[in-house]
Amino acid sequence: MNFAVLQFPASNCDQDAVHAVRHFGHSAWLVWHKDAALGDTDCVIVPGGFSYGDYLRCGAIARFSPVMQAVKQFADNGGLVLGICNGFQVLTEAGLLPGALIRNRDLQFHCENIFLKTATNDSPFASQIPAGKILRVPIAHGEGCYFADEETLAKLKANNQILWQYCDKDGNLTDSANPNGALLNIAGICNEKRNVAGLMPHPERACEPLLGSDDGKWIFESIFAALKNKTVAQAA
Amino acid sequence: MKAKIIITPKKAVVDPQGITVKKALEHMGYTGVAGVHIGKYIEIDLAPGTDKAAATKALNDAAHKLLSNPVIEDYKLEISE
Repeated sequence: MNFAVLQFPASNCDQDAVHAVRHFGHSAWLVWHKDAALGDTDCVIVPGGFSYGDYLRCGAIARFSPVMQAVKQFADNGGLVLGICNGFQVLTEAGLLPGALIRNRDLQFHCENIFLKTATNDSPFASQIPAGKILRVPIAHGEGCYFADEETLAKLKANNQILWQYCDKDGNLTDSANPNGALLNIAGICNEKRNVAGLMPHPERACEPLLGSDDGKWIFESIFAALKNKTVAQAA
Repeated sequence: MKAKIIITPKKAVVDPQGITVKKALEHMGYTGVAGVHIGKYIEIDLAPGTDKAAATKALNDAAHKLLSNPVIEDYKLEISE
């Protein structure tokens, strides 16, 4: 499988994403923000960092990069796109995902391990996560508080678009387990077509036991499985 | 000619900066503060001879697409000589 990882000025998790994909034996390359083509890729990762210094709003400037036109087209054609942290912010600013990420409610930058509950396995990003498995993955953000108006939230719930929620170690969606004040403890969502997803936590930083947790692998394994099924379906 | 754009968080959006500043004001003894909302102020210098009506239209477009995020923010545009 081939992965295109975008690189904006001040992306800083781009190499981590490339490393994680290669660690699992797949191919990954970086695509500069000024490039208008993604290459022959199966999946796009919009990585974490502080694209364009987070000037104006997180992700606000990155969304107008030439490469984002290519990402939009790729997503419109059903391609898989995963936004991590700043990548999630970029995808919401670009209108590829609903809602917005705003300042953490305590105004602090949170760099810590959190627990994630998978709200639904029904997406190419979560299909392989074992039932009931609570993922332990790191977060590192100052503006990760998910916000959407009531109508959008109702739609997210009705369409099962909420993929991951912050929880305690036993899977309870408590307020104290919510690091940033996100509505409904939302850590990650997908679009209506379920081919574009974004999350604030960093699965790419938790793919090897040496890093303290390899729970992030389940999200990558889900993407690999979805792409494999797609290839099989196309060949048939 | 100058364009002034004031961006504020929508009422439904929690504004932790505003809440914190309100608490600080109260702590300092300033009474009667019912709410604090923190936003952004953007000043744009327009080239001499710019048509005001055309600039208003263009800047509303820019404010909607880039300068503010309509999901979480409202904006007010003023153009002055």
